[in-house]
Amino acid sequence: MTGGHVGRRLAKDTLFKGAVCLLAFLSLLPLFLILYYITMKGISVINWDFLFSLPRPIGESGGGVANAVVGTLMLIALSSVISVPCGIAAGIYLSENKTGKLSNTIRLSVIVLQGTPSIVIGIIAYLWVVAPLKTFSALSGGVALSIMMLPVIIKTTEETLKLIPYHLKEASLALGVPYYRTILKVVLPSGISGILTGILLSVARITGETAPLLFTAFGNQFMNVNIFKPIDSLPYRIFYYAMSPYPEWHSFAWGASFILVVLTLALNLIARGISAKWKIQF
Amino acid sequence: MEDTVLKVEKFSAFFGDNRVLKDVDLTVRRNVVAALMGPSGCGKTTLIRCVNRMHELIPGAGVAGKMTLVDEDIYTMQPIILRRKVGMVFQKPNPFPTMSIYENVIAGYKLNGIRMAKSELDTIVERSLKRSALWDEVKDALHRKGTFLSGGQQQRLCIARALAMNPEILLLDEPTSALDPKSTSQIEELFVELKRNVTMLLVTHNIAQAARVSDVTAFIYLGELVEFGPTEKMFTVPKDKRTEEYLTGKFG
Repeated sequence: MTGGHVGRRLAKDTLFKGAVCLLAFLSLLPLFLILYYITMKGISVINWDFLFSLPRPIGESGGGVANAVVGTLMLIALSSVISVPCGIAAGIYLSENKTGKLSNTIRLSVIVLQGTPSIVIGIIAYLWVVAPLKTFSALSGGVALSIMMLPVIIKTTEETLKLIPYHLKEASLALGVPYYRTILKVVLPSGISGILTGILLSVARITGETAPLLFTAFGNQFMNVNIFKPIDSLPYRIFYYAMSPYPEWHSFAWGASFILVVLTLALNLIARGISAKWKIQF
Repeated sequence: MEDTVLKVEKFSAFFGDNRVLKDVDLTVRRNVVAALMGPSGCGKTTLIRCVNRMHELIPGAGVAGKMTLVDEDIYTMQPIILRRKVGMVFQKPNPFPTMSIYENVIAGYKLNGIRMAKSELDTIVERSLKRSALWDEVKDALHRKGTFLSGGQQQRLCIARALAMNPEILLLDEPTSALDPKSTSQIEELFVELKRNVTMLLVTHNIAQAARVSDVTAFIYLGELVEFGPTEKMFTVPKDKRTEEYLTGKFG
């Protein structure tokens, strides 16, 4: 009797373990399939010419994504310049002021912002930047993307700084170090790995965004480094190539996708590396 | 009386409406160890946190009365100037985890943006670590992170960090309560050594520690300074009944 009971429990146990493994495997499958597919289709397109030449007009063969790569890098730089200082400052404020009206408002805004559809953010950036300047521009794209980065940076900064023991701050204050220096020289450096990780993850998140760029950065056939002019980006270039009727351009879309995925993957891996290596033990 | 380092007169401290210290009077002379003892929650930690004005960082905290540090009114000084003159060592060792041992010792200068020649800094580091009896153990590892040290070494590093600023007085907030017995006795020996030229105000839970290291002792109970006098006298013939009961373990 007892033996039967144990046998049944063991069988259930095995069944459960098997189910968990199977489901875990299933959830990993799409990721690997995507990577496999993009690599198979994209890697054959990648060559020197593809990386370093501009898109060619319809009818001409060849061409590449040089302007899109430069554009994406510029958009990342622009949006980081805007969102990193604001995001870190808001994160510091939240970790320093756990309660209070402003803190609660910021926290709520972050949640709302995180859930805002990216296309809506694009429209806002259009209203704020494109309409007044009367031109699509890299700047407006940067503004749109920086709004998308903000919630991630604010959240990770807050969470990181909250974990820094209060006694470190006390140690600094007790040495007569002014509050602002205590924050800048003791608190922030202690949380640097978490904050950097947050920034990189937010960059990885916006690198592939297309919707907010449709009516801000707009896209550009040519190489452009002027922030007040329309600029190309990888996701936009993928969209453009993929929507065309030409098989060669379709393969270009795969190639650009491959670059984008590699970029995002690299950012994520670097972020993991930083958070592991620079982790400060208290 | 230039021999007085810290003078506390009719001093009260509050958390909101809650009065945690009641009209405390206390005088600490130069180069003595003054111990503050009493049961948990009696206000002894609050008292030393009022000396470097860390008390007021807590929302709702307030004070009344007077405190002077070498003839200067503590409550009219700028807190950041005051805190450079008053060193503090906390319950839990708290070296800065991003800094090396060397940088930790000179943190008070570095974080305040005071620039000095390398040789001058070297001298300060060596002297401070020697005074906190840590030099021999770390002199070959000055550029390693301070957090690699043992708990007792970390605490002596924090003492060196406070001493590096040449404070008028050193506040010690139960500095050995997180340490093992061996580290505790090392640090107690250090205090005895240090009092030749440093004034110390030591908060302790440990009656035996007060007896071992202090010259004068204050017994605080429910926010009131019950008795204050030479340690030897207090431990042998306490004047107040409550002191006697505390010392004999009837409460606390």
